[in-house]
Amino acid sequence: MSVATSHRHRKVTEPRTPLALKQSRLPRWALPALAAAALAAGCGTGLAAGLDSTVQWGLIAALLFVAGTFALTAAVEGVRQAKDRLATSVVWIAFLLAVVPLASLLWETVARGSKVLDGYFLSHSMGTLPDAMPGGGVYHAIIGTLEQVGLATLIAAPLGLLTAIYLVEYGRGRLARTVTFFVDVMTGIPSIVAGLFVLSVWILILGFGPSGFAGAMALAILMMPVVVRSTEEMLKLVPNELREASLALGVPKWRTILRIVLPTSLGGITTGVMLAIARITGETAPVLLLVWGAKTINNNPFDGAQQSLPLYVFQQWQQGSDASYDRAWAAALVLIAFVMVLNLVARGIARWKAPKAGR
Amino acid sequence: MDFTTSISDTPPPPATRSVSGKAVRPGDRIFLGLSRGSGIILLVVMAAIAAFLTYRSVLAISGDRANFLTTLDWNATGTEPKFGIAVLAFGTVVSSVIAMLIAVPVAVGIALFISHYAPRKLASPLGYVIDLLAAVPSIVYGLWGALFLVPHLGGLYGWLNDYLGWTGILSYGGGAARSLFTVGILLAIMVLPIVTSVSREVFLQVPRMHEEAALALGATRWEVIRMSVLPFGRSGVISASMLGLGRALGETMAVATVLSPNFLIGASLLDPGGGTFAQNIASKFSEADTFGQDALIASGLVLFVITLLVNGAARLIIARRKEYSGANS
Repeated sequence: MSVATSHRHRKVTEPRTPLALKQSRLPRWALPALAAAALAAGCGTGLAAGLDSTVQWGLIAALLFVAGTFALTAAVEGVRQAKDRLATSVVWIAFLLAVVPLASLLWETVARGSKVLDGYFLSHSMGTLPDAMPGGGVYHAIIGTLEQVGLATLIAAPLGLLTAIYLVEYGRGRLARTVTFFVDVMTGIPSIVAGLFVLSVWILILGFGPSGFAGAMALAILMMPVVVRSTEEMLKLVPNELREASLALGVPKWRTILRIVLPTSLGGITTGVMLAIARITGETAPVLLLVWGAKTINNNPFDGAQQSLPLYVFQQWQQGSDASYDRAWAAALVLIAFVMVLNLVARGIARWKAPKAGR
Repeated sequence: MDFTTSISDTPPPPATRSVSGKAVRPGDRIFLGLSRGSGIILLVVMAAIAAFLTYRSVLAISGDRANFLTTLDWNATGTEPKFGIAVLAFGTVVSSVIAMLIAVPVAVGIALFISHYAPRKLASPLGYVIDLLAAVPSIVYGLWGALFLVPHLGGLYGWLNDYLGWTGILSYGGGAARSLFTVGILLAIMVLPIVTSVSREVFLQVPRMHEEAALALGATRWEVIRMSVLPFGRSGVISASMLGLGRALGETMAVATVLSPNFLIGASLLDPGGGTFAQNIASKFSEADTFGQDALIASGLVLFVITLLVNGAARLIIARRKEYSGANS
């Protein structure tokens, strides 16, 4: 600041004194050199003190680097620049700190999961195989997941779509405000609570047994608000001129919605529904309470216990043998791959169908 | 998540009602009935959730031979059922608070990194990857936590115990690190993508003018962020963290796989033990009879109410911010 004010009254044409504008800067190589030094010091301290966790070495190195940068910059460039550098390092460290576990999660799943993942694994059920034995597969779980998620989508997608149409096209007044509020509230329901609700009504009060359909109902409760929210956003993006043009031609409102509004926003709605499907595919808790898990193939979602991929991962983990751990990782890999493909396709559709006009 | 909080400036379509005096077409009436009906179904489902959970909980709590709120035990079978939520409430709150203490600063850091620090070419793919990570199923986090994270935390806990063990909170007696603190770390990793993605969106909405004004005054990048970005984004970050908190409170499978539960409230966060609402439901469910399931439903109702309060508060903050930013921009 002081530099700027001292120059305020000086004319532009006047030859400047380079000294006043120039501030001493750290050379470009200073920071990488400092980083390397900190890393070496961290590893050295770790080795010397005999720390057994490499995470601690990294922490020491990071601390040394941040402190070193601050001290060096404060000495050469001034305190304000030093604070700026400090903030930059902290932000970078936060980023790296988050990347490490997330990358490790993906790496572990792929590395450990690919061990037993093959055609046999995908096309066979567990059957009567003892849990500690290697072998077996996830076919029954894939069938169960597809059926439960399919049923949940059949229930939730039309309801969610119609609710969103109501909110955007018709909704005025108290009912619409209440629905909007409760859609928000519903988004936050923990999945296990949705499971407990279906458990209390369907199994405890009505007396039905566990089935894929019971699980699908709980999944539908979790899916509905997500569909409503995303569809609402997409319908709001449809330009009003389209609606008005159609209405002005004498087309009834319901046909306007069906033939003009929905086709225009179809890409976005599909994306929203697919993201919602991806979200409920990974839900374990309601399936645990309502579908129970089976070892054999059960193609009928309306009768008897079924299996599902996330529940399979959990139950194989519970068995606690090496063979079952391998199966759990492999099933987790299948699950992640399924969810990621759904996500990528959904976002691809969103980009492809994105409204070209507008901002 | 991103669509729940994105703020749309598009005006809502006008309410085109039929001109008075003219008959409403039957097609319109049916369509309005259908769409209004689904909205009402949604409300009915919400009401039914509250009603049925309360009904079953009343059955359970009236059969409880001990105080439901303060008992340090969960024994819902047999003729003298005694169960209480004290341990569960403690564990749920403590693990979620740990998760938030770790996740929020890191998430704000990542959000700032993506919005202000990362090279422009890197920024948008990074945001994309963060959104994808929010889609990883919780059971996979649980599996990773139990089989990878837990074995790797022993060293850190031993170190914490050596230097901070005297506090009592951070003492560690060895053994597998299946403790509330580990759960907190895992939950932090799980909510990180959500908190990051909402915060990033808010940071990107900071008016360019504010930032350029600060830059023109000679502010460094950090000063720009401190003076114009953070004040603008504060309420957004708060609501993002509360959405994350709602997630952490209700997380089931990741906690159930990582925690080694018991029904004691220990001073140490690093030693195994404790429990959370959702974890207790998942692990006690298979051995519960009908009354036991009712007892679990009662604890689920408490969780439901807590998450409702947290989410409601987050929505209120978002709604207030919407009005504010609308008037501002």
